[in-house]
Amino acid sequence: MIEGHLALRKGNFALQSGAFSFAAEGVSVLFGRSGSGKSTFMRAIAGLDADTRGQLRFKGETWQDQAWRLPPTRRNIGFVFQDAALFPHLNVRANLDYACQRAPAAPSDALPKMAERVGISHLLGQAVTTLSGGERQRVAMARALLSQPRLLCMDEPLSALDWQAKAELLALIDALAQETGLPVLYITHAPREVERLANRVIFMADGRIERVETLRDALARPDSPLFEQEGPVSVLQGCLQSTDAHGLVSFGNAALQLRLSLAASANPSATRLRVLARDVSLATLAPQGLSILNQLPVTLSAIHPGAAGRVTVACQLADGQTLLAEITRYSCDMLALRPGLRAFALIKSVALMD
Amino acid sequence: MSFAGMSPGEWQAIWLTAKLAGLTTLILLLLSAPLAWWLARSRSRWVNGVTALVSLPLVLPPTVIGFYLLIVLGPQGAVGGALEQLGLQHLAFSFWGILIGSVIYSLPFAVQPLREAFGAIDPRLLDAAATLRASALDRFFSVVLPLSRSGILTAVVITFAHTVGEFGVIAMLGGGIAGETRVVSIAIYDYTQSLEYGAAHRLSAVLLGFSFLTLLLFYAINQRMMSPLKPR
Repeated sequence: MIEGHLALRKGNFALQSGAFSFAAEGVSVLFGRSGSGKSTFMRAIAGLDADTRGQLRFKGETWQDQAWRLPPTRRNIGFVFQDAALFPHLNVRANLDYACQRAPAAPSDALPKMAERVGISHLLGQAVTTLSGGERQRVAMARALLSQPRLLCMDEPLSALDWQAKAELLALIDALAQETGLPVLYITHAPREVERLANRVIFMADGRIERVETLRDALARPDSPLFEQEGPVSVLQGCLQSTDAHGLVSFGNAALQLRLSLAASANPSATRLRVLARDVSLATLAPQGLSILNQLPVTLSAIHPGAAGRVTVACQLADGQTLLAEITRYSCDMLALRPGLRAFALIKSVALMD
Repeated sequence: MSFAGMSPGEWQAIWLTAKLAGLTTLILLLLSAPLAWWLARSRSRWVNGVTALVSLPLVLPPTVIGFYLLIVLGPQGAVGGALEQLGLQHLAFSFWGILIGSVIYSLPFAVQPLREAFGAIDPRLLDAAATLRASALDRFFSVVLPLSRSGILTAVVITFAHTVGEFGVIAMLGGGIAGETRVVSIAIYDYTQSLEYGAAHRLSAVLLGFSFLTLLLFYAINQRMMSPLKPR
């Protein structure tokens, strides 16, 4: 577990986290607006500010006790900064070596292996000032991992990148988190990154931790801060299965099947499907004569009032996952929708998250 | 003009000047590094006061500094008197006296370039080094020093050259004892007073040539260092 309560004052800003406790495993995403204290909280976890007060325990080990602080040099934390923070006087190889030289005895081939894994082998001899944004972050990640950390902290590592570099690095971060088994603390204000990576979400606002939820619970709440930009979203877990004679690919599990028309470039190992609630319609009778591919039987579990005459209807799928549908209050009344009712969810479009 | 015609007294003055400037530079580097670091990083309310104190030699007439040091280091002064009590020599009119004077007089020229260089270092680089297990001392040598190369070079050259060009403090505090306090600038004055223009010419030419070459070398090196940062 990572648990405690942390306070830190920086200029006009005050972090007062309140008591928190979450598992030191998988990817925990710190989510909130700019100025909500995400970075300050992460710096307090890493012990980078001497003024930090409060309590912090990592896997039972005390890292902070009031004014006493275990120095960051002894916390074994890998930290990836927003701008990568590579040493400008060292080339790529020397940046990685900086970590190796100070890490507990590592195999001599650790550096080339890591460079190969994150895709920077061809850059080892280059000056860091010549790297692209995406390359810089790859080097920063390799450097952090070569220090053999017990916790990986990433402060908005993708915020300065174009969408393509973002997509590639998201996949890499996800894969590395699984391969290394390291607990990851990840800051973002992009809901898509949360949906792609998170096992749990730590919501922050005004220097406080508002709540810690599993991604599933966070997405089941129609008023979730994750939905502020695009409206409610459901993320369905499953895996890609066979392709049928029509060129459509099945996604899901034993109890749930969706059929998708996928681009050839789609990642065959993707496990998450993103569905906007406004792309989901509801029917009380089995619909006929429709072009919509995915018509899933559901049981309505809750109806939440939304903005502008709309409601968000939470539907339980056959395998227990939640699918949100956003419809008008008028339709809801006309169809006499209520919790417990069986219905059909018509999904107009989905996006595979890879 | 021929330098071969320099007398042993002139060579002695040159050697003494080099020794004084070299030692002053070395002491000031060691002293200024932590001070400049503190000035660049601290948010203490004492920063302005200390900055003003360090900068005093920039505006004070050298004779004022020399006068106060003469009082303090002389046989009746707090430091000089204490040394006499211990059976030692007081420091007025001695090499160690003018060394202390030079250190104080050139202090701002060492502190300011270092302070600027340290202040320009992105603090996140130090955070990154800390998370990579680098101790404070390790961070200083592996990150701060290499990134401050240009500032350190500036501090060394300016401090050395400024000490070589020093006159007032030494004249007040050291007099002109050959081999002890008679540095080149004092020697030139003495020779001129006694109408030995040949010796004054030779030493003045040496200082002029040294100062120009030092600055030339300094700007050449600095330009290469500042042009696109070349990592190893």
